[in-house]
Amino acid sequence: MSARTVLTGSDIDRTLRRIAHEIVEAVPHSGELVLLGIPTRGAVLSSRLAELIASISGSPVPQGVLDVTMYRDDLQRGGHRSPAQTIVPEGGLDDKVVVLVDDVLFSGRTVRAALDALTALGRPKIVKLAVLVDRGHRELPIRADHVGKNLPSALGERITVRLHDTDGSEEVQVVT
Amino acid sequence: MRHLLDTKELSREDALRLLDTAQEFSDVANRSVPKLPTLRGATMVNLFFEDSTRTRLSFEAAAQRLSADVMTFQAQGSSVSKGESLKDTAQTVEAMGADIIVIRHFSSGAAHRLAHSGWVQASIINAGDGTHEHPTQALLDAATLRDRFVPDARGADLAGLHVAIVGDIAHSRVARSNVFLLNTLGARVTVVGPPELLPTGVEDWPVSTSFDLDAIIDEGPDAIMMLRVQKERIRGDFQPASGDYVRNYSLTVDRAARLPDRTVVMHPGPMNRGVEIASDVADSPRSVIVDQVRNGVAVRMAALFDVWSETQ
Repeated sequence: MSARTVLTGSDIDRTLRRIAHEIVEAVPHSGELVLLGIPTRGAVLSSRLAELIASISGSPVPQGVLDVTMYRDDLQRGGHRSPAQTIVPEGGLDDKVVVLVDDVLFSGRTVRAALDALTALGRPKIVKLAVLVDRGHRELPIRADHVGKNLPSALGERITVRLHDTDGSEEVQVVT
Repeated sequence: MRHLLDTKELSREDALRLLDTAQEFSDVANRSVPKLPTLRGATMVNLFFEDSTRTRLSFEAAAQRLSADVMTFQAQGSSVSKGESLKDTAQTVEAMGADIIVIRHFSSGAAHRLAHSGWVQASIINAGDGTHEHPTQALLDAATLRDRFVPDARGADLAGLHVAIVGDIAHSRVARSNVFLLNTLGARVTVVGPPELLPTGVEDWPVSTSFDLDAIIDEGPDAIMMLRVQKERIRGDFQPASGDYVRNYSLTVDRAARLPDRTVVMHPGPMNRGVEIASDVADSPRSVIVDQVRNGVAVRMAALFDVWSETQ
């Protein structure tokens, strides 16, 4: 098993700054913007993005956590999953531009579950998707609006994202 | 966790996972759409060989909030010998598509039998078996205590809490399940009751025992759990409704007034107001009896989800 680093800590930082600028450009009315991170690492990325966007636009960005565990379609396929907390920011989601944030976009099933989970919480005006890494191999018709890095990968490879807050180090690796 | 049969064998890890999951589920009740699609396509069967209102309704509510289909089988006064009738009934409901069987039975060990006999493939949840165990009741009691006493609850146990369980310990599956679960979660438990209502073998339980309710009240426990005297299970000439029992073991207004402000009063229901608990105490601000019922739905959702995710 060998691991190849494709994004270093400073790469991740630079990438998030770019995505933050993209989001500010794409959502000009910052009062409408809400970021929702998908646990675990998506939630970390979401709160970092919220800070970056706030420093660019000068106004705070409502930010929350969307747990999708109970909406997954693979719950009986091995491994017990415990739900994480869902936190909807004050002001809710109705008529907002919600940007879902996750670390890796792969089959698209997590995002599909997230879209279902959203319907139980409100009716956003627009839902967008931002991911740090898009590794391809979609199983559903889903694409990201903001991508940190496109990373063509073989199905057998594993993409590992490490962040200071959850893992103590900061990098993205391809493990073969 | 494939089945939920008792708390005696329930690991600390499993117990905390169930409580944490229940905590997330309790938030679901406050949403505009209080329903999750998780168990869509799964069928839960309530197999009740003994009367119950709240437990059966609570499991039904839990299953419906998770989008499972629900069937209820109420066997009243079945006089068929235990092994045969249980096997036949269980196989019948499984043939109708049961993925999870929630069983309440008058015989201790019935749930365990169903889970390990090879009669059915479904996951089994024990909703009370004889005088043995009632694990979801203990879990909802633990959830209620954690809500009340542990501020940052996720992943935390009940270390340091002192819980007194009072009344008919001998015939109470609620007491047994609570004793083992509270002990696993680090709480200190005292069981209190007249000698004839403490079970034989209680000296092997991880508890201290007392015949003196007043002394325990003066110790100021964090929670005091009052149990119903189970007349239907008592044989012999003991008279629970007698003045002696009320005088010595009822949580009266006077006794409740001597408890510290933080102490909560619990009761698994159904209550005999005026026997083990005074009506005014049951309705007082320190009573968390309604919270127990509310947590019951969330805890049962967690139990259903947990066993279902290991059912193939």
